[in-house]
Amino acid sequence: MSKFKKKNKVTESIPTSALPDIIFMLLFFFMVTTVLREQEILVEQRIPQATQLQKLEKKSLISYLYVGKPKDTGRYGTEPRIQANDVLIGTNDIALWVNQERDKLSEAERDQITISMKADREVKMGPISDVQFELREVDARRVLYAAVGRVDQ
Amino acid sequence: MARKKGRMAQEVNAGSMADIAFLLLIFFLVTTTIASDKGVLNILPPKQDPNQPPPEIKLNERNIFNILVNANDQLLVEGEVRQNTVGLSDEIKSFLLNFGAPDEEAQALFNSLPASLRNQAERDSRSSDHPMAGGAVISIKTNRGTSYERYLEVLDIAKRAYFEIYAERVGITADQYRALSGRNAAEKELIDRGKEGIPMAISIAEPDKIGS
Repeated sequence: MSKFKKKNKVTESIPTSALPDIIFMLLFFFMVTTVLREQEILVEQRIPQATQLQKLEKKSLISYLYVGKPKDTGRYGTEPRIQANDVLIGTNDIALWVNQERDKLSEAERDQITISMKADREVKMGPISDVQFELREVDARRVLYAAVGRVDQ
Repeated sequence: MARKKGRMAQEVNAGSMADIAFLLLIFFLVTTTIASDKGVLNILPPKQDPNQPPPEIKLNERNIFNILVNANDQLLVEGEVRQNTVGLSDEIKSFLLNFGAPDEEAQALFNSLPASLRNQAERDSRSSDHPMAGGAVISIKTNRGTSYERYLEVLDIAKRAYFEIYAERVGITADQYRALSGRNAAEKELIDRGKEGIPMAISIAEPDKIGS
């Protein structure tokens, strides 16, 4: 026991003065990586599951299109609607929207624009194919069906 | 200047700094949503010129693997009614790997395949000719009333068959193959070697309106 007591005499204390700095470092990391959602999603979003997911290299090429039943059914009805940016649009506005999105990209990347379709699983193929038809019209043919991973049965 | 209190050397208590920082940290931790940009990639066909009739593609019936999905999410796979998609991926895979009537090029492709794939390849003359362009096409046709979830499930299964073949060809798992980004030359080479000669031929027909 005496041996233990000898050791205990040396008062060791971890210097905590650097703790705020460490915390601040973490804080700045999260502040920088956080992307505050700039748009409110007006349609229901329960993303379907899939197994064969692929990740895209360049995020700047992706534009998002949300399809689903409006959350505010009193104002927008219960039929599936399309949301681009932060407004609900009709199918014939898609061409205009795609061209606007394309203008944001640099000249060389314009033909590589990818539309990430975030559609609710309850949506029927009718509205989806209408969207796809419009996308074909404006030659934005790369479509990514957003999905969440699923472990195989 | 005229502060009397200032004479006393006051030090700001920095002990609670860590607490404040923690509070902020937790706030950002909670609000952060790491955007998931994962999904099933699909390239739509080019738009059709209304003045020109759609190009006639001559394909033998045996070279098309037909999948129809109706408004009740029931499947019709090669003329056979199904309620679920169990085993569909393996069927597609064996359809793709069938060398029913290979020409010279397809024979060369067959010889270049690794032994594990060659063992799976059959020579059924009633199924697809060869997995090269025009030899085997998977056709998915939906109804306007089909649910998006079911459509994605079927597309997912078709893609899975392809990715499994590609991956097996270069000797990695399908998950590893899909994760290849093509960012560097070695990865690009792997991707190309997997795909070479076996293009992904998934045809998605315009949904019909009947019964929706």
